Amino acid sequence: MSAAAMDAGCEPAAIGPARRRSNDRLVRSVWMIATYATCIAVALGLCAVVVSATGGSAAKVFSALLDGSVRSPGAWGLTISTATPLLGVAMGTILASKAGMTNIGQEGQLLLGAAATAYFATRLDLPGPLLITVSLLAAAVIGGLWAGLAALMKFSRKVPEVMSTLLLVYIAFQITTFGLTKKWLLLATVNKTRTNNGEPLPASGHMPVIRLFGNTVTWGVVVALAIAAIVGFVLTRTTVGFRLRMLGLNERTARRAGVSAAAFGGATLIISGMTAGLAGGLWLTGGIAGDRFTSAISSNIGWQGLLVALLARGRALLAILMAFVFAALRTGSGFLAATGVDRRIADLVQAMLVLALLIPPAVEALQNHRRGRAGAA
Amino acid sequence: MIAFAGAIGDVLTSSTMYGSTVRFAALLVFAATGEWVAEKAGTMNISVEAMILTGSFTAAIGSYLGHSVWIGLVFGMLGGLLVSLIQANMSHRLGSNQFVVGLTLNVLAVGLTAYLNAKINPTVTKAGAIKIPLLSRIPLVGGALFGQTWLLYLLFPLIPFAWWLVYRTRWGLEVRSVGESPQAVDVSGIDVNKRRRQSVYFCGLCSGVAGAYLTIGQVGSFGTDGVSGRGIIALAAVILGGWTLKGTVGAAVVFGFFDALRFALPALGHTVNPQLLATLPYAMALTTMLLFAHRGRQPSALTRPFVRGLT
Repeated sequence: MSAAAMDAGCEPAAIGPARRRSNDRLVRSVWMIATYATCIAVALGLCAVVVSATGGSAAKVFSALLDGSVRSPGAWGLTISTATPLLGVAMGTILASKAGMTNIGQEGQLLLGAAATAYFATRLDLPGPLLITVSLLAAAVIGGLWAGLAALMKFSRKVPEVMSTLLLVYIAFQITTFGLTKKWLLLATVNKTRTNNGEPLPASGHMPVIRLFGNTVTWGVVVALAIAAIVGFVLTRTTVGFRLRMLGLNERTARRAGVSAAAFGGATLIISGMTAGLAGGLWLTGGIAGDRFTSAISSNIGWQGLLVALLARGRALLAILMAFVFAALRTGSGFLAATGVDRRIADLVQAMLVLALLIPPAVEALQNHRRGRAGAA
Repeated sequence: MIAFAGAIGDVLTSSTMYGSTVRFAALLVFAATGEWVAEKAGTMNISVEAMILTGSFTAAIGSYLGHSVWIGLVFGMLGGLLVSLIQANMSHRLGSNQFVVGLTLNVLAVGLTAYLNAKINPTVTKAGAIKIPLLSRIPLVGGALFGQTWLLYLLFPLIPFAWWLVYRTRWGLEVRSVGESPQAVDVSGIDVNKRRRQSVYFCGLCSGVAGAYLTIGQVGSFGTDGVSGRGIIALAAVILGGWTLKGTVGAAVVFGFFDALRFALPALGHTVNPQLLATLPYAMALTTMLLFAHRGRQPSALTRPFVRGLT
């Protein structure tokens, strides 16, 4: 599309076409960077306004966010470990959205995944690595099943997956809440603290860690990066990936070419549920959110992973970067208490960033479209 | 089984149940009516959730600052409108994916209202109930329909108004055709995306009223989790209603009934698992969509962004 637009805008003039084209490209990339910078600045500026209007100091908040996420000792490890489930969720979502499926129920899939991990990790008596593997597999399976419900409803009864995945989040939440009231499900058998906590994970149920330069990072990172690599490879380098993208771009063409929406679309929906469930398992076994299952454990990881996927716009490398940025905002917000600003400001910054980063590509597409039309006329 | 039948009997003969069904349904009907107009023009507007939440928060702020229910209502509508401005312009001017924008707005609204609420903590002036003479004395349903807060009575003109707007005005005709065949509408000189934006604004205003109703009329305070998926249920009502207004309102009332049941069953002395009760509205929305969603004919261009030229 952009190449066609470029050709259309390229008229034979005093400067040779090739020279003009490279010039054009330079101008455009400078323009793009400027738009991105402006949008991000406006978003952060608006957040600063909110902070100042409610009596906080934007500079202190910013500095505390940096302290918590990268500057204090061990913060890098924490941030990278937090980015792990975000990346897991995001990669599955990217796969599904490339195939034109809108899974927005990752929060629920992740919660059930964490619950399944907790159930198996506290019940099975297996040696360390095997226990982790089995309970993470269980997480992936239940996440996949939960998204599979939505796929089934879509392709057998035409229920839009946007609705079903979202409604299933609320049901998943109630299921885990129910599980936490029964000892035969998730509730801890000995409950010394207050109510509704899961059984603490056994020592062998914790993800082993890598120690690097005073930071500890769980092995979950490797799993998440592997998922990212696989998804990126499948999408860009394989026939299956090509079919998926064709399905996402034009369902009718895909059908003519023998790509079934139910098979491929349904499969990507299920896989995105699996990675979300797996991310839940990684999050729980990673131990950052505590050593046991509670119904608050997902704490927006699913939503944030989804936002990461939206920002990455289908690119695995960008997803890794964005997962890190979002994780940094999350871990950084832990340091906000000292500044007297509520830590929920981090949620605000995240959402504003997403909105801001949606604008430049949209503007570019619009300009290309206009330029193309002007050239044609 | 007998206990179940008894519970149903109790529920159907209790006039408080009718009252609370109407109270819970009102929120859904306000939002679903707005959402219906937006969907007629081709937007499946998941940010309706954000619009209700923002509306309910700004309504609380309005009534806190102005000590008046009226100001609260106006603020609520403005709050809903604000969200719809972002949604409409990003998805129907810049052409971003409408689900992406909607979802981000939902996350943003949750974060922003929770943050600001913790800072400001507004106290809300609750709207009083007004009994309409004679009508409110009809047995069983009279009090439910005509003995409520006056904010709820806004529904009675809103529904016919929305019907008139969509089926009897030029604007409505354009909105419907924009949802069915944007290319054809475009050729006849109507600005497709403008109509779509306007219909989203209408949805924002209606959802803002829904939010104001929730804070000022029904609960009397702002709760960060007060909306918790009701916007999505309003969306489900439009789908279940097969994109007709009467179907939408009917479906919203049914969902309101299940919402009310959560509180009515324990109040009537029936013990039901609380988690099961809490899932009821969501599970019913899913089940009814499973049964009936394929029947309605959705606007042909629903969720498809409009770009001039060949598609």
